[in-house]
Amino acid sequence: MKIAIASGKGGTGKTSLAVALLHANAERARLLDCDVEEPNCHLFLSHTVIGHKAVELLIPQVNPNLCKLCGKCVEACQFNAIAIAGNQVMIFNELCHSCGGCARICPHGAIQEFPVKIGELSQSRCKNEAELLTGTLEIGHASAPAVIKAAKKALPLQDVPFTLIDSPPGTACTFVAAVEDSDFVFLVTEATPFGLNDLKLAVEALLNMELPFAIIVNRIQSETNLITDYANQQGFPIWLQIPEDRHIAETYARGGNLLDVKPELKKVLRELLDRCQP
Amino acid sequence: MKINKPKELVVISGKGGTGKTSITAALAQCFSTKVLADCDVDAADLHLLMKVKSYKEYPFIAGHIAQINEEKCQNCGLCATICRFDAITQTDNLYKISEQSCEGCKVCVDACPNKAIEWIESQTGVWKETYTEQGLMFHARLFPGAENSGKLVSHVREKAKQYAVSNQIPLILVDGPPGIGCPVIASVTGASAVLIVTEPTPSGHHDMKRILSLTKHFKIPAYVIINKADLSDEFCTRIQETSEQFNSIVVGKISYNSLFTEAQLLGKSILEVFPDSNESKTIKSIANVMSHKMELQISRND
Amino acid sequence: MKIVFSTEGESLESLLDTRFGRCSRFLLWDFETKTFTLIENSQNLQAIQGAGIQSAQNVINTGAEALVTGHCGPKAFKVLQAAGIPIYVAESLPIRELIDSFEKGTLLQLKEADVEGHW
Repeated sequence: MKIAIASGKGGTGKTSLAVALLHANAERARLLDCDVEEPNCHLFLSHTVIGHKAVELLIPQVNPNLCKLCGKCVEACQFNAIAIAGNQVMIFNELCHSCGGCARICPHGAIQEFPVKIGELSQSRCKNEAELLTGTLEIGHASAPAVIKAAKKALPLQDVPFTLIDSPPGTACTFVAAVEDSDFVFLVTEATPFGLNDLKLAVEALLNMELPFAIIVNRIQSETNLITDYANQQGFPIWLQIPEDRHIAETYARGGNLLDVKPELKKVLRELLDRCQP
Repeated sequence: MKINKPKELVVISGKGGTGKTSITAALAQCFSTKVLADCDVDAADLHLLMKVKSYKEYPFIAGHIAQINEEKCQNCGLCATICRFDAITQTDNLYKISEQSCEGCKVCVDACPNKAIEWIESQTGVWKETYTEQGLMFHARLFPGAENSGKLVSHVREKAKQYAVSNQIPLILVDGPPGIGCPVIASVTGASAVLIVTEPTPSGHHDMKRILSLTKHFKIPAYVIINKADLSDEFCTRIQETSEQFNSIVVGKISYNSLFTEAQLLGKSILEVFPDSNESKTIKSIANVMSHKMELQISRND
Repeated sequence: MKIVFSTEGESLESLLDTRFGRCSRFLLWDFETKTFTLIENSQNLQAIQGAGIQSAQNVINTGAEALVTGHCGPKAFKVLQAAGIPIYVAESLPIRELIDSFEKGTLLQLKEADVEGHW
């Protein structure tokens, strides 16, 4: 099962929760950090890197012997990744979305595509025995979603019941790439007006994508709050509420985890995954 | 007539959740004349702390997407086989393109043997001109799934700048987007100064370093505010050291407390609800410092 | 000889637009006829990315032999360099003044991109 952990607003504790879920379910889960522009799960997990896999995309190359400088490829490219200057065709890999359009349109068969590294998937064994995979985008490359999709495809085929996916915050295309085709999504928010505002945006996105989800509220001051009001009104499930606790914040500041402060949450965090099963 | 170029102060954070928007709202009250811009187009929150009087909304069009004309479509399925983004699926004998998954590459449009695929302008969000008690604010909302390339960010900044220039307003205060990618870059290029709101945690420090590399590269003066400073002395020190390495200075430290949230729940900035708190005093002094650094005389404390 | 300026305005009194990639248009100045033509760059307002490259391609298509702008990113620089078009940079001043400065040879020529690529 693929379970994505997302949030509309950044800083609600999404990564913290993802790491805690991994600790609580170490023998049956692995964690994929899809926040490829700024992955940070690894900052909170003692781990040893055991391997790297290049994340590749098919990128076009022009054969200058066949190219007639007709410019059809420049015209076709919607991403401005091709230019013709001084009798040469220049292709900007970082802007290429690998749509295959230029290769298709070239009337002289001068364009062929080759796999080029656009990022990396690194594999680590954590101290808790679970596996951590981190997707990183090569700096400057435009296509974070491409790296995320490729990282998901490149997941080693292991028999691990749960793959937890730490997605980027927000609701833009990187978030969509991380959560799409998940079996379930945990939406992490905080009990503040900002948290509510951004939760609504994330909910809208998930409803559009027809993905089942449950809400997890962090830093609550009371059991009944503006998030519970909203969720009850809309009929959305809240599966966990974590109280505001300075101790948790301080532990996080030291690189520690939620479970260090509240070990009793382990049972709940195991149940969270069980509840996702249909 | 000499048109004075307005100064632009952009508040960013690297890591999300450090208190950037709350602090920006409070800073806004410290400057007598300004235009506001909320460039966190993915999840804009600044308007929640501003008393909105009225607003105008406009569509934001960026790029195109493909759409199948059912009448011309002959169900050959070629588009579905060549689409690299799994955006074309067949249900009930009808081929359909998912708006959210369509990458906008136009390959299917060009390849369709029946010219049955239309290439239409894509509205990816809305932008707004909002009148608040703090003055005019420009902000936007990107639709879910849209590409957050920084284009809408640039658009919001551009609108704010145009207004500031035509109305001779000396300062544009920008609530920037979180992260370190394209939207952030689009929010800081050409800025007069950047305020980085960080927190003393591993990710806070990690992302602050990357932001400082960015501002160094663009040669924009950067200043640091450490929020929730008392969570970790160790990371506060590390942040201070990193700031010095990049020739930046820490202009304020705010302690971890609930006053920001309490004010937020009232839909107001901390300055309005707790004007005599240490936090408000720190923010006022930061506004003062920034006012002098940018050579403006619009701080209410001047 | 023809040179091109990035601008938002429509006349010689207009200011130079210091952004290259997303400027609204180019003003092409012909030193021989002493006239100018405006070339729209507005497709770049639509572009999500690669605006600098597109702008560079536009500049090449104008037949200009030099470009005057505010900054130039690495990709646009590469394209213009390949086309043999030198890039000069200046502040946001009226184009008329800059034509003068260009003739006097007081404009700074870029030896490499002076800003990081951005969107």
